[in-house]
Amino acid sequence: MTVPLGARAALVSLLLLLALLAVWHASTARAPQQQQELDEYALLMGKGTQKSDGLPTPAAIGAVIWKHLSNPFYDAGANDKGIGIQLGYSLGRVALGFLAAAAVAIPLGFLIGMSPLMQLALNPYIQVLKPISPLAWMPLALYTIKSSAVSSVFVIFICALWPMLINTAHGVASVKREWLNVARTLEVSRLRTAFRVVLPASAPTILTGMRISMGIAWLVIVAAEMLVGGTGIGYFVWNEWNNLSLENVIFAILVIGVVGMVLDFVFARMQRAVTYIE
Amino acid sequence: MEQERSPYRRSLIQAVLRAMLPHSTERRNFLRAVGAGTAYAAISTLLPLGAIEAIANEKAPLEKKSLTIGFVPITCATPLIMAGPMGFYAKQGLEVALTKTAGWALVRDKMLNKEYDASHMLSPMPLAISMGAGSVAQPMNVATIQNTNGQAITLHLKHKDKRDPKQWKGMTFAVPFDYSMHNFLLRYYVAEHGLDPDRDIQIRVTPPPEMVANLRAGNIDGYLGPDPFNQRAVYDEVGFIHILTKDIWDGHPCCAFGVSDAFVKQNPNTFAALYRAVLDAAAYARKPENRKEIAAAIAQPNYLNQPVPVVEQVLTGRFADGLGKVQNVPSRIDFDPVPWQALGIWILTQMKRWGYVKSDVSYASIADEVFLMTDARKHMKELGITETPLKKIVILGKAFDPSAPDAYVNSFAIKRT
Repeated sequence: MTVPLGARAALVSLLLLLALLAVWHASTARAPQQQQELDEYALLMGKGTQKSDGLPTPAAIGAVIWKHLSNPFYDAGANDKGIGIQLGYSLGRVALGFLAAAAVAIPLGFLIGMSPLMQLALNPYIQVLKPISPLAWMPLALYTIKSSAVSSVFVIFICALWPMLINTAHGVASVKREWLNVARTLEVSRLRTAFRVVLPASAPTILTGMRISMGIAWLVIVAAEMLVGGTGIGYFVWNEWNNLSLENVIFAILVIGVVGMVLDFVFARMQRAVTYIE
Repeated sequence: MEQERSPYRRSLIQAVLRAMLPHSTERRNFLRAVGAGTAYAAISTLLPLGAIEAIANEKAPLEKKSLTIGFVPITCATPLIMAGPMGFYAKQGLEVALTKTAGWALVRDKMLNKEYDASHMLSPMPLAISMGAGSVAQPMNVATIQNTNGQAITLHLKHKDKRDPKQWKGMTFAVPFDYSMHNFLLRYYVAEHGLDPDRDIQIRVTPPPEMVANLRAGNIDGYLGPDPFNQRAVYDEVGFIHILTKDIWDGHPCCAFGVSDAFVKQNPNTFAALYRAVLDAAAYARKPENRKEIAAAIAQPNYLNQPVPVVEQVLTGRFADGLGKVQNVPSRIDFDPVPWQALGIWILTQMKRWGYVKSDVSYASIADEVFLMTDARKHMKELGITETPLKKIVILGKAFDPSAPDAYVNSFAIKRT
């Protein structure tokens, strides 16, 4: 019982992975095709060649992962680029949309949080706009913005906006009255109060909002790129779906998962950095 | 005299002669009297033919060199796609970025946005967009037809014994877009077999690349779709080819090379260069001996992203039908580029028949504005491409007379007018 908890958890994780791979392999492995004379029909049907039918085996996925990761930045034309380039496009769009959303949500959230009047006045709009699926905006965005590249950034913006806005407003509104009263007694100016008292006090809540927003943005970009196409990890999934290549789709799913995890981890660290103990 | 014998110079001199002596009898008499050689020499000395020739020969400078052209990854777009990797655009001094697009609604929006200079479109789309049907109205043109034939009705393997369309009641079919030949041909086909396409079957719009996945999942029972997705369904053992559209209407148009009216007006020389590139590519694609090479060029991940054998079966017409037979249909797909107005009129009659346009349609004038038949034929003549005359339009045994479109619409028992 001297093995620490973390190591034991890692061991269990590893065993789970191995069990999963074993079940996967057992359920997808096929008996090798017997060598026989193929007539023309069979040849036209692609018998006797490597053909993607059914779920791929773990070994096939492994080969695909190796193929993509060993050459992530190739560029074989406008519609065929390496996974690294595709991820770059997606992350670029997410960063742009997310920063634009933060630039709007945080000041606006401050305003709403500090003014009970604005909170009541804007609440109905926020409540109506918040639950709209970001992709529902797409046709309208394409029509009004007249650019598919900007439209996909807009879709990220509009969905990343709400969690940040609501959390900022909530964080600002729930700053302890005593702290504000102390600031007022010391005759600190309103602007200084906002930056020196309210911002640090509400930072953990704001960061929580940003973390949720980033998660949503990463969910949305894949769907948006499948719709708009051209570049990005979502386009990669769509393009491989065209070719019914499940190996590549599964590879993309893994990549999306890992990148999403890394993004979340970054925000978790930032959140921890601003957390305070009263 | 050597110079006068060059065919170009000769035709120039003949043009001058025709201008001087408009009547052919006078012209012949004149030539007989002085002798053709003397007449040509005389004209050459009198007129600065060299300069005229230079003006006529000089390619006008291109207004725009790098273009973005959209395509949906299907074999219909063969001439437009192959022109990239096989150098037909480069030959005309154009740098073209071919951009793969997820579906037809997006092609429409990107054309309206001017993100694309030109695009692969379904041949009814420019008509619909010009009329403002299912779109904001913006004048759009069909510069060339991309392909004729080359589509099929594919059914799920579980419907192997339902070869009579009368048994299709209650089934769900996919077509790529409302304003597509696929939609109109499917409607025509089931209606000829007594089914009302709006009541007896369900027709659903699905982007072509998603058709096989939906067929496998059982979301749809079949589709009238573009290749390679009919052949792909066979290859993946999901479906079988019920009928090639060639056997519904041999020589029907399908996709088109679409450009906006504004682009043509702003960039006349670039447009002419683009025209030459696409017409050259189409002429090359029409030759059966080139089909395998083309299949290899367009099947790459950058373009169709399909297994080469699948594309090859589509283009060569020697294919497995999914029912255990090898069929040999060399005319499965062809690339006759001329946008005959009669084809446009037929499409308009079907838009009217199924209620996509409610008002009266001035068939001939709309088809005339949108289908650039005269331009296409002129460019083909200049390039020395022989045109195939338009076959008489007969669809499932019923002839179409383009001069009487209203009577044609009214002659159908099942319609929405």
